[in-house]
Amino acid sequence: MRRNQVAVVGAAETTKLGVIPDMSQIQLHADAALNAMADAGLKPSDIDGVATAVESPQQIAHYLGITPTWVDGTSVGGCSFMLHVRHAAAAIEAGLCKTVLITHAESGKSMIGKQPRSFQADSLQGQFEAPYGIYGPPSQFPIPVLRFMKTWGITHEQLAMVAVVQREWAAKNPRATMKDPITVADVLNSRMIAYPFRLLQCCLVTDGGGALIMTSADRAKDFPHKPVYVLGTGESVETPMVSQMESFNSSRAFKVAGPTAFREAGISHSDVDHLMIYDAFAHLPLFGLGDLGFMPYEETGKFIADGNTRPGGKLPLNTNGGGLSYMHSGMYGMYALQESVRQMRGIAPAQVPNAKISVCHGVGGMFAASGTIIFTNEK
Amino acid sequence: MAEPARARPKITPETQHYWDGAKAGELRLQRCDSCDHAYFPPRPFCPKCGSRGVSVFKASGKGTLYSYVINHRPLAPGFTEPYAIAVVELEEGPRMMSNILDCPQTPEALELDMKLEVTFQTIDDNLTLPQFRPAKG
Ligand SMILES: [Zn+2]
Repeated sequence: MRRNQVAVVGAAETTKLGVIPDMSQIQLHADAALNAMADAGLKPSDIDGVATAVESPQQIAHYLGITPTWVDGTSVGGCSFMLHVRHAAAAIEAGLCKTVLITHAESGKSMIGKQPRSFQADSLQGQFEAPYGIYGPPSQFPIPVLRFMKTWGITHEQLAMVAVVQREWAAKNPRATMKDPITVADVLNSRMIAYPFRLLQCCLVTDGGGALIMTSADRAKDFPHKPVYVLGTGESVETPMVSQMESFNSSRAFKVAGPTAFREAGISHSDVDHLMIYDAFAHLPLFGLGDLGFMPYEETGKFIADGNTRPGGKLPLNTNGGGLSYMHSGMYGMYALQESVRQMRGIAPAQVPNAKISVCHGVGGMFAASGTIIFTNEK
Repeated sequence: MAEPARARPKITPETQHYWDGAKAGELRLQRCDSCDHAYFPPRPFCPKCGSRGVSVFKASGKGTLYSYVINHRPLAPGFTEPYAIAVVELEEGPRMMSNILDCPQTPEALELDMKLEVTFQTIDDNLTLPQFRPAKG
């Protein structure tokens, strides 16, 4: 994909985040979409492309009154929205549509108008994982971490620091769900969820949504806000079964998506001013730093524990507070994208001064899928 | 009161031999006749080279502990927490999920790379589940 041909011209989250008992999931989509359209100065009739996950594009298009010429229902978990950005950029460049709306919403806490997640007993996961007592992401996503720790010499304290540092970012963000400072001891004394992970190393469960609007760079200049250009993109999938990952020392999906985006963007790691790595659990930033090639895996734990990713550090990471402290509706990728866009617009609550390049890396399922988007505010 | 039912596999045509094997006290894997690749979960072709020429064989049942969590959340029906959800690396190469039976469910007792052996847990008349336990001797 060619660099900087497509831009984000509208971006917004739902009016409220956290616990939203007065709105169903479909209305959360609409709330985010209407906010993003207002942000871009557009009406539903101006949109000709729709992408969404879990909910169908037909449901979203019809609910909002849109007649699309292009849709994408890619639904590979929490990074689906990174893939939508990539696919939308290609579609706009190819002339399949002009103005794409990407929506996410999840009534993850209140569970209004949301189907419970489940898999069939005759699926491979139903046959070869479910009988061993997996139940929800906390029982599955951390399964690789003990191997990762042993191979790369990562400590429990370093993994606790991931949560501590992200809380420092969240403290600067009025919309963050959890803002009170925490220590390594707080993390290591919090309730055990799935050893080695404790409560403060697991993502929040909240309600919310977000939406993006994308168009060609040529048209982007005419919108109310500074365009945020798509500089590079990558995607991949591995397996829906965490037990069948090629290795627990890294994520194959990360190792394909991340470097693809860097190659496409034509940047090196030292060019990155701002970084988002989807943190459903505390080990994901470590996998991400290694798999995206920022540093050898052995150094990832120390890098975070030494404060390099905290406010004022040399690589600001998860500056909204992340899934651990900002919010996590179930498919957090959209909120990581929103934070990257805010940082590139220069309006983030914890703004990184003069940030010009933002890397936004997402995961879907339990390392099942991945998408990476690299944004810039300079063309 | 009956114990709540744990999640049960529903067998498909491609996995029948595996579950029949468990009932007969065998851990059955498949191997490619062309490239010799051993693999899991079951499917009637080789995921490495695409060949449909594959054979079912009885695995040694030996493996090592690759990684695990100890689940403390009381959510999975039929399980009493804390219990380990592990991934076992089989001698033949493939990995599979398992619980670790006949072993304290603690980080001290569950050492990565410890030797394990297959055992068969009879859930009821219709279901026998391959499981692993610390290797004897
Ligand atoms: Zn083969």
